[in-house]
Amino acid sequence: MALKKLGNQTVKFQNPPSIIATASIVGPVEGQGPLKDYFDLILSDFNFQEKTWEKAEKRMLKEAAEMAIKKSGVPGNQIEYFVAGDLLNQIISASFAARELGIPFLGIYGACSTMAEGLGLGAMLVDGGYADYLVVGTSSHFCSAERQYRFPLELGNQRPPTAQRTVTGAGAAVISSKNQNPRITYMTTGKVIDMGEVNPNDMGTAMAPAAVDTIVKHLEDSNRSPEDYDLIITGDLASVGKDIVERLLKEKGIDISDRYTDCGLLIYSPQQDVHAGGSGCACAAVVTLGYLFKEMQKGRYNRILVVATGALLSTTSVQQGETIPCIAHAVALENL
Amino acid sequence: MSKFSQEQKEYQEFVKRIRPKPPYLQNMVMAFLVGGLICAIGQGILNFYVFLGLERTKEAAGATSATLVFLGAFLTGLGVYDEIGKRAGAGSIVPITGFANSIVAPAMEFKSEGYVFGVAAKMFVVAGPVLVYGITSSVIIGFIYYLLKL
Repeated sequence: MALKKLGNQTVKFQNPPSIIATASIVGPVEGQGPLKDYFDLILSDFNFQEKTWEKAEKRMLKEAAEMAIKKSGVPGNQIEYFVAGDLLNQIISASFAARELGIPFLGIYGACSTMAEGLGLGAMLVDGGYADYLVVGTSSHFCSAERQYRFPLELGNQRPPTAQRTVTGAGAAVISSKNQNPRITYMTTGKVIDMGEVNPNDMGTAMAPAAVDTIVKHLEDSNRSPEDYDLIITGDLASVGKDIVERLLKEKGIDISDRYTDCGLLIYSPQQDVHAGGSGCACAAVVTLGYLFKEMQKGRYNRILVVATGALLSTTSVQQGETIPCIAHAVALENL
Repeated sequence: MSKFSQEQKEYQEFVKRIRPKPPYLQNMVMAFLVGGLICAIGQGILNFYVFLGLERTKEAAGATSATLVFLGAFLTGLGVYDEIGKRAGAGSIVPITGFANSIVAPAMEFKSEGYVFGVAAKMFVVAGPVLVYGITSSVIIGFIYYLLKL
């Protein structure tokens, strides 16, 4: 009997695990955005003193994890798991960071939903009694993502207004059984939803139905209403997807518009040339762990529902004419 | 029979109505102006070579193409061409400078995988299809032309 399960898709943690420390590192463009003061480290260039962008991304993730562990005050050898993933093939940023961190490693992949998946799984490990301290993290890099999913950077192509910019950055959080705020109270695991979208330059439209499905399931399972949250925030739907989420939820009789925003909209200012907004694993990660975490510590927010969205496509699947399967995982963060 | 379910079709209809459209008119005007400018520069270079005494259709035309390819590649290397392309779209993709850009951009980017599997193998990742079908169709047309001339 699954004692901590509510409804079909939601887990309610018995002793809600706490996030005792976070760290966020961002690239130069994010470092000019409106949230710049919330990040621990802003890189001056895309290389981070490494030879390749992939190496730079790995280093961001590794240093974010180390920084979070250091801030938590927990000795490194007491960290029991490193739960991480990223966008690159075979999640090399996460596993190569793990190679250097020397912490038992669980690799996960949820595309840009990886942060919420990691926080939820980490909380399950801690609340299940399988660990007292663990670190979760994720990263993405504009340049390494562009070359894997799209075109070379210097190619002179034009992008439509629905396109998004992959956030360069990494976020990590130490989750613990300590009695401390903020905590992870619920996780709603998303189903893979595919509404037949095929345009990889319009991820917001593809992913919005997954976010809607998970938000509806979360509210049903937890028997909560949007008013129970100070803020509901999706991961990287940006302007196009956010608009769709609000409309679809309204059709279902749920109005979240007065307390809803998207990480992809917060991380850049409208003056920055980023089309619809931000995307990538780091988008939800640095906004949640950099900005929201600190605002929760200050008490500005006490209950947040983070719904990180991911598009589970590959370049091969797109070329073979497959539609884009998407997912959204929700975690509730609360000051109790 | 469509591969989409009723629910998927309804969603696609719904998003079609609200999806922001690219600024088509602005894009077309920019493409026209920049594409025209590149061609005008090309014409200027051609005239210059003719002035230097090169034969117009063969020598000067070839030298002009080579010069434009060099300029496209050079601006790509400086990181300027993608900035032009962002605004001009087809205006800077269609001229021969865009062809140079499409070869130099991946060659630069994949240098991190080495000169064989990176630069050399990935150089034609964008331009390759254009070359394959361009050359194939020119051979077919040439063959038809030959048969008609017989």
